[in-house]
Amino acid sequence: MDLNDTPEQAEYRATVREWLERHRAEAPVLEGPEAITDEQELIAARRAWQGKLAEGGLAGVAWPREYGGQGRGPIEQVIVNQEIGRAGVPGILDAIGVGMLGPTIMAHGSEEHKARYLGPMLHGDEVWCQLFSEPAAGSDLAAVQARARQQEDGSWRLSGQKVWTTNAQIASFGLLLARTDPDLPKHNGLTMFIVPMDAEGVTVRGLRQISGEAEFNEVFFDDVPLSAEAPVGPVGGGWRTALTTLMFERVTIGLGSEGLGYRADRFAAAIASDPDARRDPEVRRRLGELASELLAVRFTGYRTLTALQQGQTPGPESALAKVTLVNAAIEAGELVADVRGPEALGEGPWSYMISFLPGLKSAGGSEEILRNTVGERVLGLPPEPRLDKGIPFSELRARERQAAGEAEPATATQGNGAGAGAGDAASGARA
Amino acid sequence: MNLALSEEQRLLREAARGTLSRVPTVAAARAALDGEPTPDLWPAAREAGWPGLLIAEQRGGAGLGAFDAMLVMEESGRVLADPLLLGHLPASGLLDAAAGAQTPALEALATGEQRAAYLPVRPPDDVQAQWSVDPHEGLRRGGAPSLSGRGTEARVSGRLSWVPGAPGADLLVGVAIDADGKPAAIAVEGAARGASVKPVMRYDATRSLGHVELTDAPATVLDAPAGEAAAAWFLAQALLAAESVGAVQTALDVSVAYAQERHTFGRPIGSYQAIKHGLTEVLRRLENARSLLYYAAWARQDAPDEFPLAASAARSAAGRALDFAAREMISVHGGIGATWEHDAPLYFRRAQLSRRLIGGTADASERVAAAMLARADASGSQPPADEQAGTGEAHPAEAAQTV
Ligand SMILES: Cc1cc2nc3c(=O)[nH]c(=O)nc-3n(C[C@H](O)[C@H](O)[C@H](O)COP(=O)(O)OP(=O)(O)OC[C@H]3O[C@@H](n4cnc5c(N)ncnc54)[C@H](O)[C@@H]3O)c2cc1C
Repeated sequence: MDLNDTPEQAEYRATVREWLERHRAEAPVLEGPEAITDEQELIAARRAWQGKLAEGGLAGVAWPREYGGQGRGPIEQVIVNQEIGRAGVPGILDAIGVGMLGPTIMAHGSEEHKARYLGPMLHGDEVWCQLFSEPAAGSDLAAVQARARQQEDGSWRLSGQKVWTTNAQIASFGLLLARTDPDLPKHNGLTMFIVPMDAEGVTVRGLRQISGEAEFNEVFFDDVPLSAEAPVGPVGGGWRTALTTLMFERVTIGLGSEGLGYRADRFAAAIASDPDARRDPEVRRRLGELASELLAVRFTGYRTLTALQQGQTPGPESALAKVTLVNAAIEAGELVADVRGPEALGEGPWSYMISFLPGLKSAGGSEEILRNTVGERVLGLPPEPRLDKGIPFSELRARERQAAGEAEPATATQGNGAGAGAGDAASGARA
Repeated sequence: MNLALSEEQRLLREAARGTLSRVPTVAAARAALDGEPTPDLWPAAREAGWPGLLIAEQRGGAGLGAFDAMLVMEESGRVLADPLLLGHLPASGLLDAAAGAQTPALEALATGEQRAAYLPVRPPDDVQAQWSVDPHEGLRRGGAPSLSGRGTEARVSGRLSWVPGAPGADLLVGVAIDADGKPAAIAVEGAARGASVKPVMRYDATRSLGHVELTDAPATVLDAPAGEAAAAWFLAQALLAAESVGAVQTALDVSVAYAQERHTFGRPIGSYQAIKHGLTEVLRRLENARSLLYYAAWARQDAPDEFPLAASAARSAAGRALDFAAREMISVHGGIGATWEHDAPLYFRRAQLSRRLIGGTADASERVAAAMLARADASGSQPPADEQAGTGEAHPAEAAQTV
């Protein structure tokens, strides 16, 4: 058992640290009196900083060299994350692109795709977004209805709506899951596309969240023209491509969870300054319990890394780390607000955190879906009966509409009635 | 970075499983509640070499570390065994750390010819400034044993309740407070004049427990390095955590197997989300506790300052996991889970008693808070450097970008 760096890792860490020492003055300031407050300015500064990190070899650490990465492993990625944290500078802006979408393009895209898109993605010149979820397809992602139709000349036309799209407002491209054949069962008629966000017919509308900020969006596609080269992976093979993205999403969340900043030290510091609270047995017990959970997340991360480093698939411990992290952070918000009272709910990081966490429970696979998946794949418990297996998607939709009393499925609040059990990798839910 | 088990550790774990499988410990746990004698696992422990786990090789032991000890504890937890290591390991570890000319009987302890028990005396923290002992009953903690005299004249007096492995122990090892108010590691012979041990059984009949009364009992003052007396307490926390993790694992395995085969309304009950999500919650708590065992083992070896935090966190998580798992085990089994014939109540009994021993699970949680608060004090009002990263939720795009 060893948590220390190997000599090579220590050497790598020293190089990274030294680079950060030299360049930290160029990093955008996010906090304090010197913080950049203008949204546009901030995004521009963070894109430029991502470019610098990429040039310095601190972005896309695990990307292959041929695509501009460092060709290193997850451990080195974590070393870079740790050192960036230590230096007190922001990380890359486009973690969704670099962490999830780029690797998907590497796995399924054409040589032209890789040559055209990966470089600018890595350097922050072009930000990407993940256009998967729809009003009626979230957990049950394979129920997407955004429709792409191939034209005579091989090009495509896209119509439909996506929602909850993080970073769409600043993205140059999106990776979009669309239905290309509604007469096949729902997992079969899907195709993944690259969509230029400035294409004619694309409309991005910000959605305000609990905090009041608009960090994700709804995106409308009105007969958007896409080139014949837009599909990533085979036409009709979109579900497999999507599963690749979701796998990288899990890794990103798993390894990135610590980077979310929900660390026990921070919550302890918020209590430590209150002389009464820190001696209160109830406060201490709650702090102790949630701190234990957060410490567990850290060491679960090390177990995951150990497995990855040894070329193994991470074990069951990693799957539920997000559930632990989110719930422990929610408990921490509760505790801080109980100790500080309404003051904690004023403008500032605590109220932001308290507002952000309920949504995080759903993001990247909801807690219920994660538990279904882990229960079935890790514990080997039987799946639920499903009502959507082997039925052409068009027919499924007709049945749903009937069941919902002919209600029009056009609004964003429309529920999705499809039986959505999580299942095997080929036909599962989003988790 | 490498948290993988070494080949030796894998073998140690397998051997422990093998050794313990030769005794029907779970059936014995039930029979013991009806007054049957519990199986004596000490001979098996001796044969397996466990008594010397934490004693250095040059003193006849195996010279292994906390993690190895935890692996053995985890295996005994799985089958509700009590090979008397919960007392012996912290005690022998403390003796070994103090090894010197006057240290009694290390070789005999390493072979298991003699057995030691640990007298749990809780180290102070920011709220409880004194060393203290578990109350016989109620919430008020007692004072630590007192030490008078020096050298051959050293005498210890005090009362300790619910001491694991005390009955029949050759040596009782713990902490006493001298006339200057300073803690000293001490060892008292179980058979010494002025030392009495009253065996007690509570709720979980598998566990050897005793009330210890010391009245001017002749003691050896140990020359333990600073921090080792406190470390013994935290080692006991970590060992109890490991034992609990083993019991949670069995509770989960048995419950999952039942959920796969038991059908209601034409479906296996494991396909119902209430059952499935309950069992994934057991798994989540199990794996969290296991991760914290790694933390504790690593800290014991490489970051002693963090050992109190790590061991307490492990105990907190594992104790809560065991309670949850034992209750879940009962409810997943329906009516049969609540019967005397089923194993579930035995795990439940184990959970209820374990969580109240050696300070208790709630105290471990508070100790985690104490350690975290001390860290916060040490880093001043400024958050530690890595908290200023701007990678926090204070920056919406940043936080959202990982989802
Ligand atoms: C902050 C944030 C950022 C996001 N960013 C993106 C993004 O960039 N790109 C993107 O494509 N998506 C994004 N999402 C969307 C996210 O992936 C979905 O919200 C999530 O998958 C849940 O889908 P849904 O919202 O449709 O909820 P639904 O699937 O309708 O679920 C509603 C409720 O029903 C439960 N439920 C559903 N099915 C089952 C079942 N089988 N068993 C038990 N319970 C079930 C769910 O757990 C949930 O509680 C983001 C979401 C959030 C909150």
